[in-house]
Amino acid sequence: MSTSVGSHPTGFTHRRRRGAELFLLVVSLVVGVGAYAAVGLSIEGTFPADLFGYGGWLAGLCILCHVVIRIFAPYADPVLLPIVAALNGLGLAMIHRIDLANLAQDEDANTFAQDQLIWMTLGVGLFVAVLVVVRDHRRLQAFTFTFGLAALILLMLPLLPVLGTEINGARIWIRLGPFSFQPGEIAKVCLVVFFAGYLVQHRDALALAGRRFAGIDFPRGRDLGPILVMWLVSLAVLVFQRDLGSSLLFFGLFLVMLYVATERPGWLVVGGAMFAGGAYLGYLRFGHVQARVGSWLDPFDPSYDSFQIIQSIYGQAWGGLVGRGLGQGDPTLIPFSYSDFIFAALGEELGLTGVMAILVLYGLIVERGLRTALVCRDAFGKLVATGLAVTFALQVFVVVGGVTKLIPLTGLTTPFLSYGGSSLVANWAIIGLLLRISDHARRPPPDLSASPDSETTQVVMRR
Amino acid sequence: MAIACMALFVALLVNSTYLQFVRSDDLNSRNGNKRVRDAEFSRERGDISVAGNAIAVSEEVDDEFEYQRTYPQPAKYAHLSGFYSYTFGQSAVELTENQILSGSDPRLFVNRVVDLVGNVQPKGGSVALTIDPQAQTEAFEGLRALDENITGAVVALDPTTGGILAMVSAPTYNPNALASHRISEEVDSWDRLNADPDRPLLNRGIQEIYPPGSTFKLVTAAAALSSGDYQPDSLVPGGVAFDLPLTETDLVNSQGRSCGGDRITLTRALTVSCNVSFGFLGLELGADALREQAEKFGFGEEYLDDLNGQVPSVFPETPDEPQTAFSAIGQFEVAATPLQMAMVTAGIANGGTVMRPYVIDEVRSPDFEVLDKTSPEPYRSEAVSSAVAQDLTEMMIEVVEVGSATTAQIPGVQVAGKTGTAQSAEERPPYAWFVSFAPADDPQVAVAVLIEDAGVDRNAISGSGLAAPIAKRVMEAVISQ
Repeated sequence: MSTSVGSHPTGFTHRRRRGAELFLLVVSLVVGVGAYAAVGLSIEGTFPADLFGYGGWLAGLCILCHVVIRIFAPYADPVLLPIVAALNGLGLAMIHRIDLANLAQDEDANTFAQDQLIWMTLGVGLFVAVLVVVRDHRRLQAFTFTFGLAALILLMLPLLPVLGTEINGARIWIRLGPFSFQPGEIAKVCLVVFFAGYLVQHRDALALAGRRFAGIDFPRGRDLGPILVMWLVSLAVLVFQRDLGSSLLFFGLFLVMLYVATERPGWLVVGGAMFAGGAYLGYLRFGHVQARVGSWLDPFDPSYDSFQIIQSIYGQAWGGLVGRGLGQGDPTLIPFSYSDFIFAALGEELGLTGVMAILVLYGLIVERGLRTALVCRDAFGKLVATGLAVTFALQVFVVVGGVTKLIPLTGLTTPFLSYGGSSLVANWAIIGLLLRISDHARRPPPDLSASPDSETTQVVMRR
Repeated sequence: MAIACMALFVALLVNSTYLQFVRSDDLNSRNGNKRVRDAEFSRERGDISVAGNAIAVSEEVDDEFEYQRTYPQPAKYAHLSGFYSYTFGQSAVELTENQILSGSDPRLFVNRVVDLVGNVQPKGGSVALTIDPQAQTEAFEGLRALDENITGAVVALDPTTGGILAMVSAPTYNPNALASHRISEEVDSWDRLNADPDRPLLNRGIQEIYPPGSTFKLVTAAAALSSGDYQPDSLVPGGVAFDLPLTETDLVNSQGRSCGGDRITLTRALTVSCNVSFGFLGLELGADALREQAEKFGFGEEYLDDLNGQVPSVFPETPDEPQTAFSAIGQFEVAATPLQMAMVTAGIANGGTVMRPYVIDEVRSPDFEVLDKTSPEPYRSEAVSSAVAQDLTEMMIEVVEVGSATTAQIPGVQVAGKTGTAQSAEERPPYAWFVSFAPADDPQVAVAVLIEDAGVDRNAISGSGLAAPIAKRVMEAVISQ
């Protein structure tokens, strides 16, 4: 990629482009607040009464982020924040729209938009905290095993008797008073940091030793330890928490980071085979996995309860090319249209056009993340950025692919769009970390010609 | 890695396109898709009309769906219009032309865009049927005149076009009850109709096959004449009984009479509907020749697209010799829909060319602009040669003038016809058939009448007694116009 030239010591320096960010942010706010207003116009016939309060709050949060970036990460990527703001705003408008539809049917129905706005505020808080507290992402490397332990604890929390709760068949929640939370979402971020730190330390052994077979370098048996452990952990997630999506996400994430760190496709082959084996065992062993696969292959087969996926694809088909328009569809027919299936609800009301726009936005986030990894000058930052971007890509693929019947349905949240506090907060943290790394990567390098020590740049040249 | 990620996103984009664009029509037309159904229900659905009068209309009502589907002449047209039910979907023309009626047809795309821009609820297009209202009325009343609880069917075709002029199935039902917006009423009605042993929802004209009995002798005669070995005046056996090979049983004529001599002409055999002669012919020609001839008329195939559920008529796969003899007189496992027998008759009337049957004449946009008009097309261009068709016509004229079907005579008009009385099982009454067309020299209508059960005494059941008078009424209704 041409951007790798940007990190070349004699190349150009990145401009800060904070003005561009502000401009894009305004556009995003127009999208988010505009969608909210359109919902009000369409359903109630007037602009929502709280439009200014709501719009002001959303704008305030975004401006806060922008200001924090200006102060604490002036060279950070200018595109990420506006994309996230647009997605988050759109998600809020859609959740609000579904709330209104639910209220129309039942005055005591649960509403989610208000909570989501609160969670977004918390997310922005965490985002700010990440940027303010973590001044240099390389410091995190020192806490590699702390993060690993934290991830493990977070993953195990839902299995604890009092704290953990089972919702809709998956035991991935903890409940504290009125709040329920999916610790797995946070664990995801911790895992990325842990993997990155671990792999930076051990990658030489993992990368170099091994034997060649069929044109691919396969790792040595004794180096298989970490991948085996990770495999067991994700299987455990699958077995004990009955959460296929997270299981796939964790293992996929680990595999990709291993591959990036070592540049050995052999790991992908070994890992892919292990996952396929594990998934097949899971398929044979668990009825709910079979049901998922069955309703994926033929949703209209009456022997599987495929109500969710059928409603989802009906909704999207009903949306067609340009959609029904916000407030004009029937997203309440789709179960969980405010959370897991929000993508189907968006497909119904915004149509293929809107869906493509959303997917492109997600794609841009991933692209920006990977670009950050390319530009980044230290191996740890590269791995963290890659890991975060790939987590994002995998998660979007798994959930959107599930909702659109590309792959079997699994329960994962749609980043920034669907209702769910843990996911929102965690994803804001991911963006915070990415911005932190990109700020570091894009910052003009110190004047290296005067420095006798140019080791950092050599690392970059090795990619 | 970047490429792998891109591949993931491209896969998502492509799949969304597939789902929301390529497959959307398919998904939107599935029964049970509540979204589509609700939207359709709240839309002004187009009329189904017969000769300018609507037999199904949408009326504005004050409930959540805004429009109520109503059928002004429910009993007479139930099996043609079909029903339009919230819970149970649609049937007949309501089903097959649903896209036009609901306004979602691609041909109405421009209308939808205009409505969208003008912010008007889109309306559905309308459908005009080929039905002749007088013929339909005569068929309906004719069946009812025999018995209140009659089961049977009448199908009339325009032999030159294949357009369906009348199609009545008894018993009938009230589609208004199934279209009710009160779900309980709808469900009750549905349950009652489905529990009824007479199966009122069944369109006996196309959805059920019956042994055609002696009306099938037309097919056997057509095969004989087409073989080149027989002429109308060729002599065939006509005695009291015909010794079947391989069995102890004989094939006998109805009521055990002789057909008028040991050797009679083919014309005579058809005129008196001689089982012995046609059993003999069946054996001489062989099952394959009979089947081939039957298939030329449309046996074994589905050809009616305008109404759902047409079942193919059947000629047995591998009958042995006695079975072939019985098949030749329309017994054993030969079974046909009334529409199929009407097509045999229409094919003979039309000089040997069987036209493809249809019931949708025109499809119009909400502003009455004609979107599509069905142009008649031959279904079998030479089921029989025109010479054979001419011979058969003359033989069928004899049947009506001096033979078994004098009850179908119309003063001043030459009628060609054939009766049939088919045994099926000991415990149920025989089926009475009559097929005919008129005027013989310039056919305007071909009709098939089937009486399944008219509640009359077993001995009183005959094609000429029960079915022919109804066919006569239908033919008169068409010709008199």
